[in-house]
Amino acid sequence: MAKIEIKNLSKDFVANGIKTVHAVKNASLTVNDGEVVVIIGPSGSGKSTLLRSVNMLETPTSGQIFIDDIEVTDPKTDLRKVREEVGMVFQSFNLFPHLTVLDNITLAPRKVLKMDKASAEKLALELLEKVGLKDKAKSHPNQLSGGQQQRVAIARSLAMNPKAMLFDEPTSALDPEMIKEVLDVMLALAKDGTTMLLVTHEMGFARAAADKVVFMDSGEIIEEGSPEEMFTHPKSERTKSFLDHIL
Amino acid sequence: MDNNKSIETLVKTETIRKRVVSVDASKDEKVKTITMTDGPLIPKKGEKHLMTSWRITFFIALALLLGLVIFKPDPYREIFIVCIKGAPVTFEVTICAIIGAVFIGVFTGLGSVSKHHIINMISGVYVEFIRGIPLLVQLIFIYYALGRFFHIEGMIAAIIALSICFGAYMGEIVRAGIQAIPKGQMEAATALGLTRTQAFIYVILPQTAKVILPAIGNEFISMLKDSSLVSQLALADILRKGREYISRTFLSLETMLVVALIYLILTLVLSRLVGLLEERLHKNG
Repeated sequence: MAKIEIKNLSKDFVANGIKTVHAVKNASLTVNDGEVVVIIGPSGSGKSTLLRSVNMLETPTSGQIFIDDIEVTDPKTDLRKVREEVGMVFQSFNLFPHLTVLDNITLAPRKVLKMDKASAEKLALELLEKVGLKDKAKSHPNQLSGGQQQRVAIARSLAMNPKAMLFDEPTSALDPEMIKEVLDVMLALAKDGTTMLLVTHEMGFARAAADKVVFMDSGEIIEEGSPEEMFTHPKSERTKSFLDHIL
Repeated sequence: MDNNKSIETLVKTETIRKRVVSVDASKDEKVKTITMTDGPLIPKKGEKHLMTSWRITFFIALALLLGLVIFKPDPYREIFIVCIKGAPVTFEVTICAIIGAVFIGVFTGLGSVSKHHIINMISGVYVEFIRGIPLLVQLIFIYYALGRFFHIEGMIAAIIALSICFGAYMGEIVRAGIQAIPKGQMEAATALGLTRTQAFIYVILPQTAKVILPAIGNEFISMLKDSSLVSQLALADILRKGREYISRTFLSLETMLVVALIYLILTLVLSRLVGLLEERLHKNG
């Protein structure tokens, strides 16, 4: 398991060649080994950008990110290796539509870890069992519901035996009745002691599983604390008004 | 699926049906554009108007050809027999060249989405070069160049020349196809630790192939027509056979009528086949 450290991270986007948008401003955050950290905040507050910077899907403008003391933001770092060790789950699942569920999961272990087909499939079936979809191994993603697809996506990430997992609004694209099945899988992961960094609007999950909740607004980290503190006695007015709106 | 449909439209509009001229009325007054697209019209079940015109044209052409051959065997039967002997050459050139063009097109397409600036530029310049020179000029030029510097014989030189010419357009199709695949696919693949190359091979290109298949079908039909240009290169294709016959008998109008009808029937059959292929792909999502 791993420790993620984000130091003074900033990310600017240049829109239409002139206007600069400061998506993330000087954000620092630490996720300790085995911790579950949830980032909350209004849309457009830079949560996803911050999360996506951790495995460099977004290249930060300035600042540093360390995973287990390896500087991810260092141009000399082998990014592929870092990404191999950090799992990521997307809002839109991003399963590979041309492959079966089984092949979706075995692709990376076989091509990246050079696992042989039989053991990769064995691993995949174990993971599918874990997310409750063993009978869907031969299906194609478009034959599954959103919740099922997201569970497959989680299994696909887990197949790489990642040190840490990133979740980018994993339940936002789901119908309400499917959210729970995904959250249950995530809760189980959290209980297993997986290091997790999430962006989510599921306050119930944050309350139940998070060690730390971070509130972001307009690119800045406004405050962080235990879910208990954050939800009952938020220090900042902005946190308070955000929570009032969504709780 | 909705997603697939929008991808297909994107590929179609981005690539090349130059023949159909359409005015996009949905845009506001100032930016009204006229887009020229290429390739034959592909009749599909849903498009009634197209389907009807396809049927009418096909049956007129077929009836005309059969009628002439059966009821006016002199000279049409002989003309038909002479010209159709060129069909194997036409097909051989077209099929080999489309394979060559797809091969070149995949590399050109990958080149134009490459993050490597030089590779990017090379494929860009190649596409510009090819698009700016008339096909016939290119064909003759490449044919002679190949003959002089590499001593390659006629048929193969013609195939290579056509492949190079169509490879540029195919490259654009592949590029559009790659860009039509949602960004999340590449992100998901690289987030799993795959290299960009692996991601292309296992994730992006297989999906691209499905998206661009109808466009390749269109290209095939265009190429079948343009392959008549190789008759300039001393290859005995349908047109060449016809012209040889004319030089023997001076029956120019009759011969060209048969040649035209043969090409028309071939392209109409092929365009319907491409239409069926598209319908099939739609059904399978």
